[in-house]
Amino acid sequence: MSVETLAPAESDTARPMDLLRFATAGSVDDGKSTLIGRLLYDTKSLFTDQLAAVEAVSAARGDEYTNLALLTDGLRAEREQGITIDVAYRYFATPRRKFIIADTPGHIQYTRNMVTGASTADLALILVDARKGLVEQSRRHAFLCSLLRVPHLVLCVNKMDLVDWSQEVYERIADEFTAFAAKLDVPDLTVVPVSALKGDNIVTRSENMPWYEGPSLLHHLERVHIASDRNLVDVRFPVQYVIRPQSTTVTDYRGYAGQVASGVLKPGDEIMVLPSGFTSRIAAVETADGPVDEAFPPMSVTVRLTDELDISRGDMICRPNNAPMAVQDIEAMVCWMDETRPLQVGGRYAIKHTTRSARAIVRGLHYRLDINSLHRDETVGELKLNEIGRVRLRTTVPLLADEYRRNRTTGGFVIIDEATNRTVGAGMIVEAG
Amino acid sequence: MTSPAAYQVSHLDALEAESIFVMREVVAEMERPVLLFSGGKDSIVMLRLAQKAFAPANIPFPVMHVDTGHNFPEVLDYRDQRVAELGLQLIVASVPEALNKGLVRESADGMRNRIQTPVLLEAVEKHRFDALFGGARRDEEKARAKERVFSFRDEFGQWDPKNQRPELWALYNGRHHPGESIRVFPLSNWTELDVWHYIARERIPLPSIYYAHEREVIERDGMLYAVNEFFRARAGEQPFKAQVRYRTVGDASCTAAVRSDADTVEKVIEEVAATRITERGATRGDDRVSEAAMEDRKREGYF
Repeated sequence: MSVETLAPAESDTARPMDLLRFATAGSVDDGKSTLIGRLLYDTKSLFTDQLAAVEAVSAARGDEYTNLALLTDGLRAEREQGITIDVAYRYFATPRRKFIIADTPGHIQYTRNMVTGASTADLALILVDARKGLVEQSRRHAFLCSLLRVPHLVLCVNKMDLVDWSQEVYERIADEFTAFAAKLDVPDLTVVPVSALKGDNIVTRSENMPWYEGPSLLHHLERVHIASDRNLVDVRFPVQYVIRPQSTTVTDYRGYAGQVASGVLKPGDEIMVLPSGFTSRIAAVETADGPVDEAFPPMSVTVRLTDELDISRGDMICRPNNAPMAVQDIEAMVCWMDETRPLQVGGRYAIKHTTRSARAIVRGLHYRLDINSLHRDETVGELKLNEIGRVRLRTTVPLLADEYRRNRTTGGFVIIDEATNRTVGAGMIVEAG
Repeated sequence: MTSPAAYQVSHLDALEAESIFVMREVVAEMERPVLLFSGGKDSIVMLRLAQKAFAPANIPFPVMHVDTGHNFPEVLDYRDQRVAELGLQLIVASVPEALNKGLVRESADGMRNRIQTPVLLEAVEKHRFDALFGGARRDEEKARAKERVFSFRDEFGQWDPKNQRPELWALYNGRHHPGESIRVFPLSNWTELDVWHYIARERIPLPSIYYAHEREVIERDGMLYAVNEFFRARAGEQPFKAQVRYRTVGDASCTAAVRSDADTVEKVIEEVAATRITERGATRGDDRVSEAAMEDRKREGYF
């Protein structure tokens, strides 16, 4: 496949482009910026004025090569300190797919940023330097991807040109990482030997590594099967907003607007509304463009029911025989994200879960997880910035929740400090009851 | 039984669903939202998404135009027509009025991009808006690449890029104290090409200046500026006629046109797909001030 075949994203009308969100983790040393720059450049998503600006700044700073990190390290603080301080989002497309990259910095605040980037990712891309092999950081990144239940993981063994394209080096790293991933919850792992600098196995298959029989990185990103990642079994429709037109032309209309979290909703389906437990049937699934036969994730629709029920924002439409838990005592893995104040047992916070808000008190901290060794430290009394632990919470109202491993939308929540209004933590429900 | 492959949506549908979710979230959680409507293509797409998000009800918030006084007449006409069609309340925050009242002073270079900010902030305070929808996209500019969908602004409207709230899953945190506000960017994940594909798909009419037309321009710093009452040729600059279109629509004194024969939406899509220069790079004099021009404006409360 040549570069030329990639550019005109709209020429391929036979099959609509879909969307893949992926997170990248790694540091400048691993060649991550070079890799992303290469993907953008080879898919013609990097513009000449952007490149010229980066080249000029690189030259002025005396960099030996064009520092592609400067493409999005546009904030003053980043340029001054030569670091990346936040998740940057970048976009490119091929005729098959549109890609959204959440590019997370490797060192600074890596846990907070990586968790943020991974929370919406279909796939995570981890880079290692072939000369160094797996380092502590690679294991941390893999662990965070598994904690956030990113369905697909890709390990890029980079700088293969610097190890003479050695199959042996590649296989040693691939084996070691595969063994480590087996201890985690990684549903799908692909390992690709690449040279981001030289472009080997990025867009086209490398001629320098004939022993590698897998796809190029872009080929994999374009074709990795993500449709089955969606949960189409458990009907979960968090009611976001009730549409009731105050109009003389549209009367007696009452629709429940929201985005389908999981499952498939069809007119005629019997449904149950939580927390009330009332049942009804779906009269219609509507969009502004007209009614649809079925709704599934990630569609934003408006559901109308055959009965008039008292339903408001924060309620959940599900099926009578397949409902989420309605729980006030929650066990969750929590990643703490606030630098000013740690999570403490007894602390009170606000919670946002699906479209529902609650207040919560921290009832217990079972352990803090050392994400390098996976060791559980049960002696700690608080979680500081970038620390992860297992927490027990009691909420003021029931959350309508599933385990995070079964449902990323109804299993995740954020913790908000009520005094500062800052988002201070991310939680993934382990079990409830 | 339908195969799982059937349960797939196109990238445009996925983007649309996300934007609609964001807009509903704002209306459900915030007290007084407003949509910033300039008559530019991004705010036009945003308005279409707002229609879709609340149908069959009307759009449940007003729109606001921060009017620099340097307008393209086609764009003002479009604005007024669109607002009338949708029965929306239009609030105009006027830079010329603020200049008359002495609230702001004209900058030395005559560009009004920077002095829009205090005018915007004054209108926000006067109307007590707590959520402002903006059409900014992350692909536009590197400071915007790090912007949140829900972007917190303090009581001075300032953005603090080092102190942003983590944004996970689709859980947006719009909490704020009185006087503070949230800028909301429903098009965060759209690219220029996505916007044009959507305009084509939805058959959304645009102000005519987005399509190729003949116009009298001068060339300055490698960019083509229309000669009009806000933009005068300097000595030595020779106006000439050229076939151009506008890739972005902003203040008429600092928005440049590009040479183009694209007079239909299909041709514009072809042109945008093939272009090798970013839209702001090709058309905005105001971003050329420095590497961090956008970040600096945003810190002061710009969109």
